[in-house]
Amino acid sequence: MFDLLFETQWSPYLAGAGIGILLWCSFLFSDRPLGCSTAFSKTSGMIESLFCPDRVKNKEYYKLVPPDIDWQWMMVLGIIVGSFISSSLSGTFQISFIPHTFQSTFGDNLLVRLGIALIGGIFMGLGARWSWGCTSGHGISGVSQLSLASLIAIMGFFIAGIVTAMLLYAV
Amino acid sequence: MGLQKIIGLIIGICFGFCLQKGGVTSYDTIIGQLLLTDFTVVKVMVTAIIVGMIGIHLMKSLGMIEFHTFKGSLGSSVIGGLIFGIGFGLLGYCPGTVAGAIGQGQIDALLGGAVGILIGTGIFAHYYPFIDEKILSIGVFPVETIPELMHLPRWVIVPAFVGALSGVLWFIQMQGL
Repeated sequence: MFDLLFETQWSPYLAGAGIGILLWCSFLFSDRPLGCSTAFSKTSGMIESLFCPDRVKNKEYYKLVPPDIDWQWMMVLGIIVGSFISSSLSGTFQISFIPHTFQSTFGDNLLVRLGIALIGGIFMGLGARWSWGCTSGHGISGVSQLSLASLIAIMGFFIAGIVTAMLLYAV
Repeated sequence: MGLQKIIGLIIGICFGFCLQKGGVTSYDTIIGQLLLTDFTVVKVMVTAIIVGMIGIHLMKSLGMIEFHTFKGSLGSSVIGGLIFGIGFGLLGYCPGTVAGAIGQGQIDALLGGAVGILIGTGIFAHYYPFIDEKILSIGVFPVETIPELMHLPRWVIVPAFVGALSGVLWFIQMQGL
């Protein structure tokens, strides 16, 4: 049992079941679904506040989603920590710049990878707020609650994701 | 620091641990899913949904928790979902797994992905009044949930979903994917 913590990879069914149980905990202890993208919105607002606090205060969106550190922000911080602990225990933690699959198709120019990741991130940040959720907020929490909006959003994530990835790698 | 923030942090640490152990904090795994060569992401997500769904519906029926759903719309869920998907295909992480990828030392997730997501959410916040009025309000769904849509009790839909999703996992496993 203890050895599990040191394994490089778990069965996807075990990892998935663990995440499902965390969803129970999130509803039971904190009265909220698991989601990640609002934390990015809040961080973005906090960074902008450093430069123009008044402009952020007056934005309608930040009245709905105040740029502060809340439960979800701590949760996303926890994901970084948890992944660090997991990869350190299994000895797979490694500073890496370009993922293997990307490198084998697009070469080892870091700027190409960072550029595509940055553009992808911009679309993702925009889309996550546009649809009010991300892969965990809609995909896991929303679908588990049988939310219609989430089921449709997650289909959009995967349909556009598959088409985009196929086009990218067909080049 | 409030108790809730500590709970959030602990749940996050466990979440990041499971994501990393599941292999889904790796670009190669996620892009493999989108290129339909590696079905790890679907296995992790579908299992999480099955386990999560059964548990939270039981707890709701026992009056232990409340659900948090909202009405989507064509303008929000469809258009937003597709915009997100384009980003998903280019970035190869999502907002949760980008955090997990940073935790295992992936620099492109930090300098490319996370920075991009921050810019994207900032752009949305800036144009929110316009997007909200012109696009998010298009085709608002009549209901929040699938049981309401189908006029069936939750406890008919939940077993149907669990059955169908288990069938998906079984099929993927049978295909050796």
